[in-house]
Amino acid sequence: MIDEDIHGDVTVDALELAEELTGAAGADADPEVAAYALRLGDDNLILSQQLGEWIARAPELEEDVALGNIALDLLGHARSLLHYAGSADGRSEDDLAYWRDEPEFRCAWLFEQPNGDFAHTIARQLVAAVYLYELYGRLEASTDPTLAAISAKAVKEVEYHRDHAVQWTLRLAGGTDESRRRMTRAIDDIWPYVDELFRDDELTVSLAARGAAVSPSILRAPFDAVIAAVFHEIGIGVPDVKSSSAGGRQGKHTAHLGFILAEMQVLARRHPGAVW
Amino acid sequence: MSTMTLTREDAWEIAAAVPDPEVPVLTIEDLGVLRSVRIVDEHAEVVITPTYSGCPAMDTIRDDVILALTAAGFDDVRVSITLSPAWTTDWMTEDGKRKLERYGIAPPARRAQGAGPIPLQLGVKCPRCGSLYTREVAHFGSTSCKALYECRSCLEPFDHFKAH
Repeated sequence: MIDEDIHGDVTVDALELAEELTGAAGADADPEVAAYALRLGDDNLILSQQLGEWIARAPELEEDVALGNIALDLLGHARSLLHYAGSADGRSEDDLAYWRDEPEFRCAWLFEQPNGDFAHTIARQLVAAVYLYELYGRLEASTDPTLAAISAKAVKEVEYHRDHAVQWTLRLAGGTDESRRRMTRAIDDIWPYVDELFRDDELTVSLAARGAAVSPSILRAPFDAVIAAVFHEIGIGVPDVKSSSAGGRQGKHTAHLGFILAEMQVLARRHPGAVW
Repeated sequence: MSTMTLTREDAWEIAAAVPDPEVPVLTIEDLGVLRSVRIVDEHAEVVITPTYSGCPAMDTIRDDVILALTAAGFDDVRVSITLSPAWTTDWMTEDGKRKLERYGIAPPARRAQGAGPIPLQLGVKCPRCGSLYTREVAHFGSTSCKALYECRSCLEPFDHFKAH
């Protein structure tokens, strides 16, 4: 008798996902849903990568931990979304993260704006977290079961991120003259990138019509209401600034994205197939 | 070795005993991370769910479940990960909460049901001296699921497992 392998056949596929994560009844994402998931995944991936740069450099230890935690949550959302986006054409989350160039990324310009000083990071977090909270809160009712499952999980986590950003906005704006000056300037600098988040286009109109996506434009009013409450608390108005020309959803990006990708992708590209 | 004599209950008990890599005093059953175990055509199929989306412990938990079940005689073990329904600390067992407190981590309170959008956080009890005179130092802690607290009675810092 042949020696029996006591361990038998052990299946250890990289993160074998349950049904609703690979699409209903194991189906892959259709091309439209995949394109939408790619946008959301890229927003999360790029923001996560940028927040990670603060680790060991934040103003205080607790903030190091907080920004690292937030980056980790966002990376989790990015992985789920990119995994799903890639199911449409057989690409893995790593293929999408490491082997696409700038014109193939679909993140909005807000997420690729540089960390700047701590106030700039907080202003970007405020806009991002308030927007994502409103988005996921509605997307959890998506007719697409995978997007619904990812969103229902993400909304609970983004609620902490929103709280974190609001608390810091209040503290910096109500702190010293210098912290208020910086917070106000950071809000002015980040505001041109707000409008892009709420623009509908052919893809979102089509997906919203079948209940799979949330129209970006319907998130504007609830976003504005939360921001107005925060700004009222600190006694500033919404900045009167011109919107950026935008174009992230079509693959047109600011110069910042190239530097972010260079650092994020260098290891995977120099050592293809490397594993921990 | 054949799996014929091993039942679903056996598989559940073995998987349930796997400790969480980051809070090893808890098993994945205590945490509510273990969702289901099935035996299909002699394969053990285990479903686990992450506490937080980016939880880096999922890979380790998956490997530990496979190792434990394989050692017990299951020839073919499949572990999949589900996000839905989203994990909540309400799935933590009462036994788990007691173990957590003995370990020095203040356990999560039960999330209020239908109580509106503002969660009511009652005082967090210091796991060392039992005082309710404590304060949150930071909303984020050493892992995604914890916040950092300090006790103003005994002055010790401690982790609080956030209600989520």
